[in-house]
Amino acid sequence: MNESKIALKDVEMRFGDVVALHSTNLQIATGQTTVLIGPSGCGKSTVLRLIIGLLTPTSGAVEFEGEPISQNNILTLRRRMGYVIQDGGLFPHLTAAQNVTLIAKHLQTFQEDEIQAKLDELCEMTRFPKEGLARYAVELSGGQRQRVSLMRALALDPDVLLLDEPLGALDPMVRASLQTELKEIFNRLGKTVIIVTHDMAEAGYIGNSIVLMREGRVVQQGTLDDLREQPADKFVSEFITAQRSLVQL
Amino acid sequence: MNHVSRLTFYTLSALLLIYILSSADAQKISVGSKRFTESYVLGEIAKKLLEDAGYHVEFKQGMGGTIIVWEALKNGDIALYPDYTGTIQETIVKSATPMTSEQMRSALAEYGIGMAGELGFNNTYALAMRRGDSDSRNIHKISDLRDHPNIKAGLTHEFLARRDGWEPLSRRYGLQIKPRGMEHALAYVALNTGEIDLMDAYSTDAKLAEYDLTVLEDDLHFFPKYNAVFLYRLDTDQAAIDAIRKLDGTIDEGLMTRLNAEAERTNNFTAATSLYFSEVENRAVEVVSQSFMSKLLRWTARHLMLVGISMVIAIVVSIPLGIRASRPGILSQIIIGIPGIMQTVPSLALLALLVPVPMLGISPTTAIVALFLYSLLPIVRNTATGLQNIPTPLRESAAALGLEPAAQLTKVYLPMASRTILAGIKTSVIINVGTATLAALIGAGGLGEPIISGLALDNTEVILQGAVPAALLAILVQVCFDGLERLIIPRGLRLAAASQ
Repeated sequence: MNESKIALKDVEMRFGDVVALHSTNLQIATGQTTVLIGPSGCGKSTVLRLIIGLLTPTSGAVEFEGEPISQNNILTLRRRMGYVIQDGGLFPHLTAAQNVTLIAKHLQTFQEDEIQAKLDELCEMTRFPKEGLARYAVELSGGQRQRVSLMRALALDPDVLLLDEPLGALDPMVRASLQTELKEIFNRLGKTVIIVTHDMAEAGYIGNSIVLMREGRVVQQGTLDDLREQPADKFVSEFITAQRSLVQL
Repeated sequence: MNHVSRLTFYTLSALLLIYILSSADAQKISVGSKRFTESYVLGEIAKKLLEDAGYHVEFKQGMGGTIIVWEALKNGDIALYPDYTGTIQETIVKSATPMTSEQMRSALAEYGIGMAGELGFNNTYALAMRRGDSDSRNIHKISDLRDHPNIKAGLTHEFLARRDGWEPLSRRYGLQIKPRGMEHALAYVALNTGEIDLMDAYSTDAKLAEYDLTVLEDDLHFFPKYNAVFLYRLDTDQAAIDAIRKLDGTIDEGLMTRLNAEAERTNNFTAATSLYFSEVENRAVEVVSQSFMSKLLRWTARHLMLVGISMVIAIVVSIPLGIRASRPGILSQIIIGIPGIMQTVPSLALLALLVPVPMLGISPTTAIVALFLYSLLPIVRNTATGLQNIPTPLRESAAALGLEPAAQLTKVYLPMASRTILAGIKTSVIINVGTATLAALIGAGGLGEPIISGLALDNTEVILQGAVPAALLAILVQVCFDGLERLIIPRGLRLAAASQ
């Protein structure tokens, strides 16, 4: 049984009167790929933003290896986590290479040749063409932008990778091939991965563990088979059926 | 951004060096003058006498009205300037009753100011009309104006506000005329073209003859005597005071009118100075008149110094303020609000407000402070908006990457906002180049110097000598900034802007 890398302990997130996340307990297993899924506004991105410290919980605590995340340790912890968002979040004033190496160069703990070697390794892993490294975000396709964003997230070789709908803005062909590649990369690296999606097929294909959310609450956590065969309630089976029937059309 | 900050540092150092060198000199004395021909001419003559006495003279000409020049004298920005007994009594000492020169001297001594002897002419205020108009309407005395309440009067702002000016005069004579305020040199033009019918003038004014004007008789003896005298600081070298006192009693009304006419005919105050020495001392004096190119170079260099120093300081101050103002909250509104209010103060008023401030006075420093205050808003506002416009996902990406807040700012936010910030700086510099022409009003020099003397001379050509280079300078700044944009703005941002 895996220990949990990240845990939400009675975490509640409110924005004024709006509750984005009701008091929630959640364990994220080390070295596993966990998928957060659910309809829009269910709080799945909120969970990710709480873990990376972009949001501070209204009550409760987010723990990283048993240690509560706070203002004091967030900077160190962020460097042990990679974060990829839907349209890549690449800085427009930097080239692809500069985006990837920004944090490593800033920390000044790496030699120039180490950084270059890491960049080569990441290009190979994400199958990003080397000649694209000198390009700016606007000069890259959507799929390439996501590869660069993934490289940037992996630059410090983090323990944890957080991906917020990384394939959401891509066309179906690119999306399918990237799904395969992502799964390969996750398997190869053995990192703790949390990925947010609203696509059940993608969740089942990539994730070891699926967390289904609805209106700021976790409805069920388990494997795809658990969800299919022992649904916690009617919503779980409806959500799975709706997605499956779409695929079967 | 590194080479940019290095460039900024070198520019700042060079400008400061020029500033320090240009203001350091041992045997130096400053002469001031007000902003009309006679004052320029008397100042030039004083300058020549002091140079003969071995001084290095800085002539701060055309500084403005009485208050500005008087403040400059009190603060020690200038050592001496020419004024008139009537002005001293009414505006400086503010006495309701006529004073003897002894009373005046003891009143001035309280301010640490001395009064030299009378130069020999009375340049009193007068009301002037076109000669033909005066004859046809049969107006020869001021009291004749009572029957013409609808006459159009254009008076200087100083005359309108003086204790011996328009209000008490119209009360004394029982006049119903509603005057409007205008610049003295422009009033002559307006009177000549018939836009106005009546203006205030000085009795030794060369333009009275030039425009064929007639002076209305002061039949109730309202105007006090305006005998010309030099005022000087009591701490001035005795040798300098002695040099100035050579002027005592040497200029009568006829000579002063001729000197004024000579200055306006030749557009050259030094020509009038030569005339003075040839008539009074019967000696031909070689008063060196600078060539246009060397004057243009001096004006432009000074102009660039004013703009350069004020802009460098403005940039250094505004960007941090803009960064702070990009965050939400009341403090940000205050930070944007104060330079905003500053911008609404007319530049002339701002200069006048700064002159009495200790350490400032009539000096390039005051002009630099004013230009600095004017340059803040566009940079502060653009820095704040540029930062606010960075999309949230990108801000969050920078934070999630594990960059400290300071590194988020320098490595991501500021480069992303660089385009907007540079646009703000460009706007500031262009406004600054234009506004810096007003620096000449407080004797700080620059391309405003010919504009202001041109106004005093009513000479368009002289005005253009300053106005055209100033306009060209603004265009040059524009072109330079377009080039700078290519150098500073990251290529990725330019591509992004082009693709939208």
